[in-house]
Amino acid sequence: MSTDTLQADILAAIAAAASPEALETVRVGAMGKSGSVTALLKTLGGMTPEQRSVEGPRLNGLREAVSAALAARKTELETAALNARLVAERQDMTLPVVPALAGSIHPVSQVMDELAEIFADLGFAVATGPEIEDDWHNFSALNIPETHPARAMHDTFYFPQNAPGGGPRPLGGADQKRMLLRTHTSPVQIRTMMTQKPPIRIIAPGRVYRSDSDATHTPMFHQVEGLVIDKAVTLANLRWTLETFIKAFFEVDDVTLRFRPSYFPFTEPSVEVDVGYSSKTGKPAAAGDVDKWLEVLGSGMVHPRVISACGLDPDEYQGFAFGCGIDRLAMLKYGMNDLRPFFDADLRWLKHHGFSAFDVPTLSGGVGA
Amino acid sequence: MKFTLSWLKEHLDTDAGVEAISTALTSLGLEVDGIDDPAAKLAAFTIAEVLTAERHPQADKLQVLSVSTGSGEPLQVVCGAPNARAGMKGVFGAPGTFVPGSGITLKVAAIRGVESRGMMCSMRELELSEEHDGIIELPADAPVGERYADYAGIGDPVFDVAITPNRQDCMGVRGIARDLAALGIGRLKPLAEAYRVAGFEVARSGVGPDVRTDDPAGCPAFFACTVSGVSNGPSPAWMQQKLKAIGQKPISALVDITNFVMFDLGRPLHVYDRARLSGALVARKARDGEQVVALNGKTYTVDATMTVIADDHEAHDIGGIMGGMASGCAETTTDVLIECAFFDPDAIARTGQKLLLTSDARSRFERGVDPAFLDDGLAVATHLVLELCGGTASEITRAGTPPLAVKTVAYRPARVAGLAGIDVPEDEQAAILTRLGFGVTQGSPWQVTVPSWRRDIGSVAAVNSGWDGEADLVEEVVRIHGLDRVPATPLPRAEGVAKPTATPAQKLERKLRRGTAARGFDEAVTWSFLPPAEADAFGGAAWTLANPISADMAAMRPSLLPGLLAAAKRNADRGQPSVRLFELGQRYHADGEHPTLALLMAGEARARDWRSGGVTAFDAYDAKAEALAALAAAGAPVDRLTVAAPAHGWWHPGRAGRLLLGKVALADFGMVHPATLAAFGVKGAVAAVEVYLDALPPARGRKARGAYTPPALQALTRDFAFVADEGLAADALLRAAAGADKALISGVKLFDRFVGERIGAGKISLAIEVTLQPTDKSLTDAEIEAVSAKVVAAAGKLGALLRG
Repeated sequence: MSTDTLQADILAAIAAAASPEALETVRVGAMGKSGSVTALLKTLGGMTPEQRSVEGPRLNGLREAVSAALAARKTELETAALNARLVAERQDMTLPVVPALAGSIHPVSQVMDELAEIFADLGFAVATGPEIEDDWHNFSALNIPETHPARAMHDTFYFPQNAPGGGPRPLGGADQKRMLLRTHTSPVQIRTMMTQKPPIRIIAPGRVYRSDSDATHTPMFHQVEGLVIDKAVTLANLRWTLETFIKAFFEVDDVTLRFRPSYFPFTEPSVEVDVGYSSKTGKPAAAGDVDKWLEVLGSGMVHPRVISACGLDPDEYQGFAFGCGIDRLAMLKYGMNDLRPFFDADLRWLKHHGFSAFDVPTLSGGVGA
Repeated sequence: MKFTLSWLKEHLDTDAGVEAISTALTSLGLEVDGIDDPAAKLAAFTIAEVLTAERHPQADKLQVLSVSTGSGEPLQVVCGAPNARAGMKGVFGAPGTFVPGSGITLKVAAIRGVESRGMMCSMRELELSEEHDGIIELPADAPVGERYADYAGIGDPVFDVAITPNRQDCMGVRGIARDLAALGIGRLKPLAEAYRVAGFEVARSGVGPDVRTDDPAGCPAFFACTVSGVSNGPSPAWMQQKLKAIGQKPISALVDITNFVMFDLGRPLHVYDRARLSGALVARKARDGEQVVALNGKTYTVDATMTVIADDHEAHDIGGIMGGMASGCAETTTDVLIECAFFDPDAIARTGQKLLLTSDARSRFERGVDPAFLDDGLAVATHLVLELCGGTASEITRAGTPPLAVKTVAYRPARVAGLAGIDVPEDEQAAILTRLGFGVTQGSPWQVTVPSWRRDIGSVAAVNSGWDGEADLVEEVVRIHGLDRVPATPLPRAEGVAKPTATPAQKLERKLRRGTAARGFDEAVTWSFLPPAEADAFGGAAWTLANPISADMAAMRPSLLPGLLAAAKRNADRGQPSVRLFELGQRYHADGEHPTLALLMAGEARARDWRSGGVTAFDAYDAKAEALAALAAAGAPVDRLTVAAPAHGWWHPGRAGRLLLGKVALADFGMVHPATLAAFGVKGAVAAVEVYLDALPPARGRKARGAYTPPALQALTRDFAFVADEGLAADALLRAAAGADKALISGVKLFDRFVGERIGAGKISLAIEVTLQPTDKSLTDAEIEAVSAKVVAAAGKLGALLRG
């Protein structure tokens, strides 16, 4: 048999090998110890140099062709086998997976973080104080004497005279230690002024309590109080601060505030602040677009009697304070229409109105989620 | 505080309309809550004449009218009123008009086949009365075509103004007029001009009544006179209209006069039927347990801190708050005693709060009425009694003296700019204060005397301290000048990048809140107060409200778990299969408030799923994992924590634990006790965690940690399986193994736990993987053997034997 015929036969057998095992049989038949190609290669030893110089390259060519064909066919078969396996491994990629657990941040917490971020930029620290207060901090120090009608206005929750928990009662006379649930976050003003030297810039967010319950009032709600005490702070600074805050909080370029005289025992002058709203955009708006006013903030210059009660000299120090409802801010910004679900922990509501844990309000990222 | 436009104009000479006055009131701080303008809603209704009335061809009860409206062709109107007839005049509404009483806008329509172009109206349709038996019939001389509201004199808008507690002076129409006049909205008429008299002097005969005050603290002044021979019928129409317009019910002339003067001048009075009094009328302290039957028909038990007005027999009045039933004026009254007294505001407030009794008189006296207006108030009342009821006035008895001390405020006009940030020229400031009734003496500083009716400006006690009252005057000036004119001036900012302002505690709360939400928990905000029974299930409340809004909101929560448990139940009842809630807030204990993070897991831990099969429930290890995750996020040294048995009865005694750092409990975790769940009506198992934030070691600031060099040598692991008594805590074995050679052992993990017959009853098999980290040279087999022996020995001390 000529080597050409042999090569053609072997290559045909390689091509015909349908499995790694068949290919191995072909390989052994050709390249094994007693294979046909091996046998031919062995004959080279008995040849003359002249014959060898002719037959050598020819037989080596045969060997290389067969080896290459074997290797190629092996790869082909492996690829086919892999492909077959992959086909067999197919899965339905439309099958549902277990969703990642997604919790949520309550809107009240989100808004508190937004407030902290906005006011941090203006140099305000966040201050806190106890919710169970004494009436000196909640009322007397704030220029609300015992017989003042404002005490009735507040519908205060009181604890019995002999409340078991002693609690912090550092100041006031013996008759001024009735414990109560704070009706506003203003006692934090008092505690701050009594422990820090001016200049003071704080906001005090937190739970407050009033004996009141309907669609827009709950016996517990959240308030934020702002306080600036320095030597030359004025109502005009208050106006700028509130404009800056409202613009940043509602993420609008322009805002219109209306200052109205009002009365709070702890401020003088006292200012009710209305925010001009556009019903078209549902947001605070520039003067030309305002078609309704919302009462949002109470504020004023801290009453000299309050400054004096905290041990500061009202001839030296003055400042402004403001307060507003955090729940109300959340409702205005994020479009809730009822306060009561805030405290019901209904998962459906929480998932609808809540915020992702990663929506951290930042100045660079914007305080809106 | 309500009043009508025409009433206001009795005191205020002005051309200003409703809109201008409303804007002015709000800018003065007298917030307009509402304006009811009856003329506005009736503006489109005109007077019309029925020319003809024919029977409707299709309906017996309807008529087809031809109506003249004074211009254009007569209109065809279908009408169902039985009194509609040719020749009568009535009130017509054209198509397009909104009918307030029926809420319908009229349109051209066919009624039973006949076109109708408008409506003849009844009183009820115009909301003028409940009358609806027929259409309004007007006199024959009513001018056809004119607006009905103008013709009928309906059109006195009613203002409802919110008066802040400091402004007692505006709890009468005249005070509001004074404020408006100060703003430039018209001229305040002198009192006599307002009452259309030359003066209030009247002829008097006979001595004044025998009145006195034995309680000069509670009732410093008691002025009175009598009017004899009065006839007490209904008050005149003008007075009744005014009172009705503001929601007051006319009773009789004498009673209406006192009400009128109170709303007109802010001056409460009281009238007694002299025939029903015996002896002197005295303001005195009540006797403990004394009873007063007040005009509202209720009996009040008063005490010695309160002031009553009494005669020889009994206490009639709760002084300054409410008159007595027995001595009130009636139709039969012929001799009336008019009381005009001054009561101490604080005493009135205390008495009113104690008796839970509110009245228009109390709300004025407790805010401080004008102490200089007693003679005027009495004169006005006497004038009205004589005018409306006839009779003869007696002399006036003046018992005691009202507190008339004049407050003088040292005032620096520069404080307007200094406090309010707005410049108001000094002459404008002086003019504003003068218009408001202040006496201004310019100088350095100005001396400003406060009018007697402004109790809110400064206090008598403190006004001479140097600063009290000055801010009040700044407010007055800015209020009239225009508070909304205050500009916006930037608050000076600190240079450079804003500094962090959050405290470590605040940063911790933020981290935990967002970390817990990221682990799949929804944040709840639940009430701080609970039903006492729910608090009792968690150790009981240290604080219970004296006046809760309801019994279910009385106990301050000792734990956050009851609120979350109740929330879990509500959610389960709504069909939520899986609840993962958390809350961050205060627990209220006797020693104060404790910031706490609580997590609660109820229902399905994993829903049924094609991959993992059936539903799995939460277990105590889920709770432990969350507790450790939270503590790790909080920066607590989690590796050093030990686990103790639960300390409280609301935990499952065998499936809960307390995480301790040394002796300090940082957190509790585990399954809630089934009995507690049953008390809350919660079905199924509930896993929970409470982390005590104020027990955590203070966070240390993150400092640079120095360069890091990874170990040069490969770590290697060795596995050991031990058999021990089942009571051996896994943690003890792990700690023992880790401590066997602290230099070489860098980690110990439990990878298998087995209980079964193969190892014997009451026994447990625990398999651990110990990681050895060589430092400077590789370990030899001998060294590894030595460490292994130490591990086995350490386990042996716990009774754990290497499995064969």
